[in-house]
Amino acid sequence: MTSLRILVPIKRVIDYAVKPRVNATKTAVVTSGVKMSMNPFDELSIEESVRLRERNKGAVQDILAFSAGPTKAADTLRTAMAMGADRALLVELDENRPKERDLEPLTVAKLLREVVHKEGCNMVICGKQSIDDDSGQTGQMLAGLLGWGQATQAAKVEVQGDEVVVTKEVDGGEEVVRVKLPAVVTTDLRLNEPRYATLPGIMKAKKKPMEKKKLADFNVDFKKRLETLEVVEPPPRQGGGKVDSVDGLISRLKELGAI
Amino acid sequence: MSVCLAQARASLFRPFRQSTRSTISSRLFLLSPRLLSTLAVLEHKEGKVSPQSFPAVTAASKFGGPITVFLAGSGSEKAAEQAAKLNGVEKVIYTSNNAYDKGLPENFAPLLVENIKKGNFTHVVGAHSAFGKNILPRASALLDVQQISDCIEIKDENTFVRPIYAGNAIATVRSTDTIKIVTIRGTAFLPAEETSNTAAIEEAPVDPNAECTTVWISENLTRSERPDLGTAPKVVSGGRGLKDKENFDKLMPPLADALGAAIGASRAAVDAGFADNSLQVGQTGKVVAPQLYLAAGISGAIQHLAGMKDSKVIAAINKDPDAPIFQVADVGLVADLFQAVPELTEKLNAGRK
Repeated sequence: MTSLRILVPIKRVIDYAVKPRVNATKTAVVTSGVKMSMNPFDELSIEESVRLRERNKGAVQDILAFSAGPTKAADTLRTAMAMGADRALLVELDENRPKERDLEPLTVAKLLREVVHKEGCNMVICGKQSIDDDSGQTGQMLAGLLGWGQATQAAKVEVQGDEVVVTKEVDGGEEVVRVKLPAVVTTDLRLNEPRYATLPGIMKAKKKPMEKKKLADFNVDFKKRLETLEVVEPPPRQGGGKVDSVDGLISRLKELGAI
Repeated sequence: MSVCLAQARASLFRPFRQSTRSTISSRLFLLSPRLLSTLAVLEHKEGKVSPQSFPAVTAASKFGGPITVFLAGSGSEKAAEQAAKLNGVEKVIYTSNNAYDKGLPENFAPLLVENIKKGNFTHVVGAHSAFGKNILPRASALLDVQQISDCIEIKDENTFVRPIYAGNAIATVRSTDTIKIVTIRGTAFLPAEETSNTAAIEEAPVDPNAECTTVWISENLTRSERPDLGTAPKVVSGGRGLKDKENFDKLMPPLADALGAAIGASRAAVDAGFADNSLQVGQTGKVVAPQLYLAAGISGAIQHLAGMKDSKVIAAINKDPDAPIFQVADVGLVADLFQAVPELTEKLNAGRK
C-alpha cells in the first residue's frame, strides 16, 4: 500500500448555526463578534484522514492540516490537530489588506498546489464546499492544477494499494469510482461522524508543530478575478399564518392556487 | 448592442492599439473587438438531454451572443438532434467518443478546455448539478479562470448574482476573467423549450483523448415513477418528525401520489436513514423551487431553508407551533403529522374523484 501523506485544507467560517447578517454598507457579511468554527465539511476531511490511519495500519505517514486565514485560524488548526492531524501550516492573511481578504478558490487551489509540492503530499482530502462562499470548487481546481485524479462528494473512501475507491453522492443516487493515487477527494456529509476533540487530545495538540507563513512566501498570483459589487439580504418571506385543521389547509392551498 | 459598441470603439482605437499593444494590455481587453460567444455544456442520458440542462441553455441566452451547445459521450449524437431544436441554439457540437460516457473530469475537463479554446468562446455555462460541479471547476483551473458557481441571475456579460451563506445573502460579482465560466441554479432559469429551430450539428473540432486514470465502477440510482425532485412542480418533504423509516415510507409516498409530487427530505431525516441521500433538500443537498412545497415534520433549520425558500407556496405541518418553518410558510398547520398527513392524503384523493 502506498504510504499516504495527506493534506487537509481547512477553512474558518461563521458557525453553521449562526444566521449571517449583511453589513450596513452592503459589501459583505458581518464576521466580527460572530461565532466562528471549522467549516463542517472540513471536519469530515480531518475525521476521514484519521480513520484512514486507524483502518489501515501503518498506511498513513502524515496528516497535515492547512489553513489560509486570519491569525485566529490557528485555533481552528489546533482543533484539527486535537482531532488527530499531526501538524499544521497556517498562511496568515492580513485582513486589512483587501487582496488578502476572502481568497478566491482558484488562488487557494494554487496555494495548495505549492504546499503539495513542497510537502510531498500524495492525497488531499478537502470539504466539498465551504458554507460561507458555497462555491464548491477548490478540490476540483487543485486536482486540475496538479493533474491528479479526483473524487468529489465522497460518501465512502477506501484505500486499496495505490488506488482509492470512492463512493460518490451524485444526483439521483451514488456512483463508485476507482482513482489512482495521488488524488484529491472531497467530502460529503454522510462520509463520517466527526469525533469531538477530547481534553487529552487538546492538550497534545498544543505541543504539535504549527508552521506559520505569509502569502508572500508563496509564488502565487493573488490577483482577485471577481469583484464583489454588492451583498444584500434576500427578500424576506412572510409567514402566512396558521390554519387549525386539514380542511383549512386544503382550502387555503386552493386559494393560493397551489393545488 | 454592447457588442456593436465594443466593435465601433475597437475600430476607432485600432491605430492606437497597434502601437501600444504591450503597454496597455489590460485596457486592450476592454476595447477588444472579440465577439461574445457562449458554450452551453449539456448533460444527456440514453440519447436524451437531461432535464437539468434545459435551464442552462436559457441562461446562456442571457449573454446575447450566439449559443453553441456541447455534448459528449455515446448517444450524444442523438441527444444533439434534440438540443438543436432548443430555443436560441445556433450550433450543436458533440463528441461521440465513449470515453466520456461517465463524465469523468480527468478526461472530460481537457476535452471541454480544448473545445473552448478552439471555438474562442467567451462564456461557458453549465448546470450546478453533480456533473457540472465535478467538471467545470477543473476546466476553469486548466484555463486559469475563477468560476462563478450556482448563479441565479445574469445581469450582463460580466456581472452575476449568486447566493452565499446558504442563501442568507445574495452577492453580485463582476468577473474580470477573459473567459467566464458559470454554473447556474436550475430553478432560477426557465427550461429552454423545444421549437421548430434546427441548429447546425457538427462533430466537436477537437478531441484531445486525455488519459484518464480514474475508472468508473458502478452506480446505484434511485429509480422512481415520480417527478424528478429538482424540477418537480410539487414537492412533499419529510423530516425528523416522522420518527423512523417505516413511517416515512408509509406516509410520504401516498401523499406525494395524491398531489403528483416528488418526495424530498430534510438532512435530519436523511442522516437518520429515513430517506435516501439523493432526496435531501437544502444547502448541501438539492435546491428546489416548486409551485408547492409541503414540509411535514421539518423544523426549518437554515440549511434546509436554503434549499426550498424560493418555492412559490410553502405549507408546513408541525406539532411545534414555534418551529422556524412557520416563519416562512404561507400556510401552517400545527398538528400531529401522524394524524394530519393521512387525513390530508385521504381528502386530496377524495377531492380528485
